[in-house]
Amino acid sequence: MKLEVRDLSVAFGEQTVVRIEALDLSDGEVLGLAGESGSGKSTLALAILGLTGQMGATVAGSIQLDGRELVGMPEQELRIIRGRRIAMVFQSPVSAFNPVIRIGDLFLRALRHHGVERADARERANQALREVFLPPEMLARYPHQLSGGQAQRAAIALAIALRSELLIADEPTSALDVTVQAEVIEVIRRLQVQERLGVLFISHDLAVLGELSDTLVVLRAGEQVESGPAAQVLEAPQHAYTRELVASMPKLGGALS
Amino acid sequence: MTDVATAVTTRRRLLVPEALRGNYLVLGGGLVLLCLVLVAVFAPLLAPFPEDAANATHAANGLQPPSSAHWFGTDQVGRDIFSRVLYGTRVSLEISALVLIAAVAVGVPLGVAAGYFGGFIDDVIMRVTDVFLAFPALLLALALAAVLGASAENATLALAITWWPWYARLARGQAASVAGRQYIESARALGLSNFRIIGRHVLPNSLTPVLVQMSLDAGGVIITVAGLSFLGLGAQDPTPEWGLMVAHGQAFFTTHWWVATFPGVAILLAAMAFNLVGDGLREALDPKRVIFR
Repeated sequence: MKLEVRDLSVAFGEQTVVRIEALDLSDGEVLGLAGESGSGKSTLALAILGLTGQMGATVAGSIQLDGRELVGMPEQELRIIRGRRIAMVFQSPVSAFNPVIRIGDLFLRALRHHGVERADARERANQALREVFLPPEMLARYPHQLSGGQAQRAAIALAIALRSELLIADEPTSALDVTVQAEVIEVIRRLQVQERLGVLFISHDLAVLGELSDTLVVLRAGEQVESGPAAQVLEAPQHAYTRELVASMPKLGGALS
Repeated sequence: MTDVATAVTTRRRLLVPEALRGNYLVLGGGLVLLCLVLVAVFAPLLAPFPEDAANATHAANGLQPPSSAHWFGTDQVGRDIFSRVLYGTRVSLEISALVLIAAVAVGVPLGVAAGYFGGFIDDVIMRVTDVFLAFPALLLALALAAVLGASAENATLALAITWWPWYARLARGQAASVAGRQYIESARALGLSNFRIIGRHVLPNSLTPVLVQMSLDAGGVIITVAGLSFLGLGAQDPTPEWGLMVAHGQAFFTTHWWVATFPGVAILLAAMAFNLVGDGLREALDPKRVIFR
């Protein structure tokens, strides 16, 4: 899997909300996307899935998945890529599940939708749950019976079950408390290493991004202000905005102002 | 964690019967409703003179007061009013069910589509709905019944035409709120088509208020059908329709009270039963409402 974004711009009417010069992501890599609220992080994620068109946005530039152009691809072809090749995990884990459908039914439906046989689907669902350390009983539960961390891991498990190659995680830990965050990050890291999953990890939390990312891209007001290897961006930020962001990170042993 | 989750489910599962258990009005309504349904189903077995609900006439036996042979008396052509009131349950429940099913079948898909897609589709559908809503419902039903001709079938059609816009509106509001939820976005990110998203995710999550509204409206439909028939624009003789029977009886109400009274009481009972049950359903199914009793 190789994702290449070049000169991408997403505009709502006159207003351009995202402008990206270049993004590259391959198997087994984590690309961190940092930026404050409203900086266009989520819009970029939706644009990669081809979902901004439905929201009335104009997308220009190029998004290529293994050399196939996603910008301007017919909706029918995009629907096969969504879920099957690119999966997405959202910020508030519990509300990302339809409250009237059991987790297991949702898994089966999603797998059947992408052409997996029924018997095979059940096995895949169980296996995917094991990978995120959830017991198979979870499949019999309704979303409101899961904790935030469990629901988020279930969402990641769905991506695994579908054998997605690219996982877009849009602030997957922001709604969780710190210990649960650590579980989710652990799960994502393991999948990246073992399953060679490519991960686009969106967050405003530089500490989390620094821990997980290989490459880091900083967005401000939709503009790509800095990008490079994560360690380099965090230790020697080139752009004034990145320096401010880094300076705003709380540090152990730092003075309270 | 697991214990809390189970406890929560148990509580939710109990909530519906619990809410109804303390509420004698709702229970009473439900009981009356159950009786009405049983009467409608078993009318041929229960009615002492089933043929009186159809074409039979016994002119010599006209306008007899209630007696052990004719519990509710007889009407102007000598038909047993008790038998006709029992059969009338059938007519009223049937029309009511047909009107509501038709109204929901037309209104809900349109409303859900409007709420889900928004924008232009929403505008078109809702403006059409507004046009229908602009006419007073009873007046429109009267006009349609007058144009199409007076019969029970046409009254049903007329009512369905006046009733669907309300369901379209209700479903639209609900679907619009569901469409903005995150699980719809995540369904899209899973590659589902709009058609499937609407069918599997938006519709099931929009139905609760529709069900409540149906149970509340059933009483209203019964009254309106009776009203149309009373005015001569609904069911025609010899159909044992309650409103029509009241209309026949009103001419000699002061001298032979039973002819109009018993069908009138039936209308009252049926409408009230549906309203009580509808209120109860609304309380039980609305998760935002805490029930104190």
